[in-house]
Amino acid sequence: METTVSSASPRPWPLAPAPTAAAGPLLSVRDLCRHFPIRSRGFGRKVTGTVRALDDVSFDLFPGETLGLVGESGSGKTTTARCILRALAPTSGEVIFRPPGGRPVDLARLSDRELKPLRTQMQMIFQDPFSSLNPRMTVGQIVGEPLVIHGLAKGDALDARVDDILRRVGLKPEHRSYYPHAFSGGQRQRIGIARALIMRPSLIVADEAVSALDVSVQAQVLNLLKDLQAEFRLTYLFVAHNLDVVRHFCDRVAVMYAGRIVELAPAAQLFAAPRHPYTKALLAAVPWPDPDVKMKFDVPGEIADPSRLPSGCAFHPRCKQCFAPCLSQRPLLLDPVGDAHFVACHLHDPSHQHVA
Amino acid sequence: MSEALSATCHLHSPPNREDFVLAVDGLRTHFATDDGDVPAVDGVTFSIRRGRTLALVGESGCGKSVTSLSILRLIQPPGKITGGRILLHSARAGDIDITALGENSPQLYQVRGGLISMIFQEPMSALSPVHTIGDQITEAIFLHRRVSSAEAHRLAVEMLGKVGLSAPEERFGQYPHELSGGMRQRVVIAMALVCRPELLIADEPTTALDVTIQAQILGLIKTLQREIGCSVLLITHDLGVVAQMADDVAVMYLGRIVEHGAVRDLLKDPRHPYTQGLLKSIPSLNSGGRLASIPGSVPLLTEIPAGCPFHPRCAHAKPGLCDTGAPPMLRPVAPGRGVACLRAEEIAAGVAGGVAGADGK
Repeated sequence: METTVSSASPRPWPLAPAPTAAAGPLLSVRDLCRHFPIRSRGFGRKVTGTVRALDDVSFDLFPGETLGLVGESGSGKTTTARCILRALAPTSGEVIFRPPGGRPVDLARLSDRELKPLRTQMQMIFQDPFSSLNPRMTVGQIVGEPLVIHGLAKGDALDARVDDILRRVGLKPEHRSYYPHAFSGGQRQRIGIARALIMRPSLIVADEAVSALDVSVQAQVLNLLKDLQAEFRLTYLFVAHNLDVVRHFCDRVAVMYAGRIVELAPAAQLFAAPRHPYTKALLAAVPWPDPDVKMKFDVPGEIADPSRLPSGCAFHPRCKQCFAPCLSQRPLLLDPVGDAHFVACHLHDPSHQHVA
Repeated sequence: MSEALSATCHLHSPPNREDFVLAVDGLRTHFATDDGDVPAVDGVTFSIRRGRTLALVGESGCGKSVTSLSILRLIQPPGKITGGRILLHSARAGDIDITALGENSPQLYQVRGGLISMIFQEPMSALSPVHTIGDQITEAIFLHRRVSSAEAHRLAVEMLGKVGLSAPEERFGQYPHELSGGMRQRVVIAMALVCRPELLIADEPTTALDVTIQAQILGLIKTLQREIGCSVLLITHDLGVVAQMADDVAVMYLGRIVEHGAVRDLLKDPRHPYTQGLLKSIPSLNSGGRLASIPGSVPLLTEIPAGCPFHPRCAHAKPGLCDTGAPPMLRPVAPGRGVACLRAEEIAAGVAGGVAGADGK
């Protein structure tokens, strides 16, 4: 198999558009919750508890921007992504989607039938390029399947569109008749990207899209995603746990902990001056590839168990700055200084007269 | 041949038994498959300083895990060590040529788990789901030490406390499924270190863990290494973990070491084009904008290019020089630095053409 060099001609990236009220968000998530019941064994299957995988998550996603969703396992970042695309039905809350040139709709309330035409507008890129491609289908079938399902193209027109998108992601039209096993991890991820883009969506949800790739291939795929964003004016919701990648790739970043957003800020600001104690601990624990930047090894405690969340702020048992309100009151996501740097922490809540 | 190799390729040549715990010399581990001979490890030479940490880094398929499994003689058919020597300079048991030991010799069992132990990426694969944590740790003790069961129990509980498990007496009777991923990895570390090995091989020990838990486990390995005084061979793909943990680094590509040196020298001033490309693909080491990436992908081990195996992806490759003959050998370019690149000096001096050279560093 010949190697594939980066996609089309390299071009400078346009600056990401500043989130302006005039443009209006493409997606507005409001108080999104997803709770999973815990049932007892045996006949009754009585509900004995609830896993609050997602609890009152709210954020806006503006056209053309990349919003990073970071957090550790169980923080709810993948659940958020799946609820937005309705791969999971949210328990409550709103997901207002404003398709370009269409009426705003609440994705959380639509029936499956009403949802189907909207699915052309929102697509997902998955983590594992080995399990997300059907090994019995050729690349042409995999990439063309969305068009077939939605009845948008067939015959030569279908082949032409598949060839076109394969070229744009850095593959060749000849690859149409190959099976996924013939490709390396990076090339498979390109196939997954081609499948997502062939519908010309406006929203792409990328769930750990580069996490399974080696670092040199990861760089190729990140460059490709940036190029395609400029070319197709895509909006990305980029779910990831690699903070290094997020800092580079995202315009804004939301940090999740135990099913909630604890901090939301422009990427540069979040990494330069984090406000939430959890974000600070997380950034200090990252092993940066520079021997002069020392990481901290002493982050205390375990990640909160979403079935037995601590009272008040879920991070308080691990927080060195914990004080009275943290034990009882849930902090709200506020913008205390008015600089679009949101934080859910009592230390930064002006209503508490506490000096941090 | 062997003497000449060690003189040019060891980090601090010639390796002597006082300073080095392990010397690997020209190791070859090949797999006979239907697609032909797969040279997963092909002439790897390095040594590990006593009490220090050597990181073996590289991308998937570069042979770093096969190297570590070869050291413990855990290679299963169709794999086979076809050449080279692995010398353990044990302070307790003297010099042992691991490659010469019989498959079932008592000495090999003494080496495995006694003198050298290993922790793996996925803690659950190293733990038995049907035995208690205590039973699994005491089993390791009974294999290597003649102690009473009361003493073994005491040692195991003490070790569980050392790896940071709360209420170690209670944990002793628990099963692995009752613990979180980070806690399980702590148990695996307790199992590995309870017999006070002289070398700990950690194969991607934190790759499956979250960032804050990874920090705890890495910190634990550092602390216990100091306490026990063991050396560590750290296998990883994460250059961040390397920067924070290692004293020395060896970079592998397609079954060979392409560059080695002290961690700061190597990360701040990489000399091999592959190491340079690897570091430039890391977002935080980029100045912004497009990421530099290494073009193409890693070839299959059955289709290793002639000459320098990296030449089809290298911006500095010179036709007629880099694409013919045997793969370049590691050779010293500075004190403690070895690079397997024919054009290392030209690249360092900035006179070699090519895209990566124009980027600067």
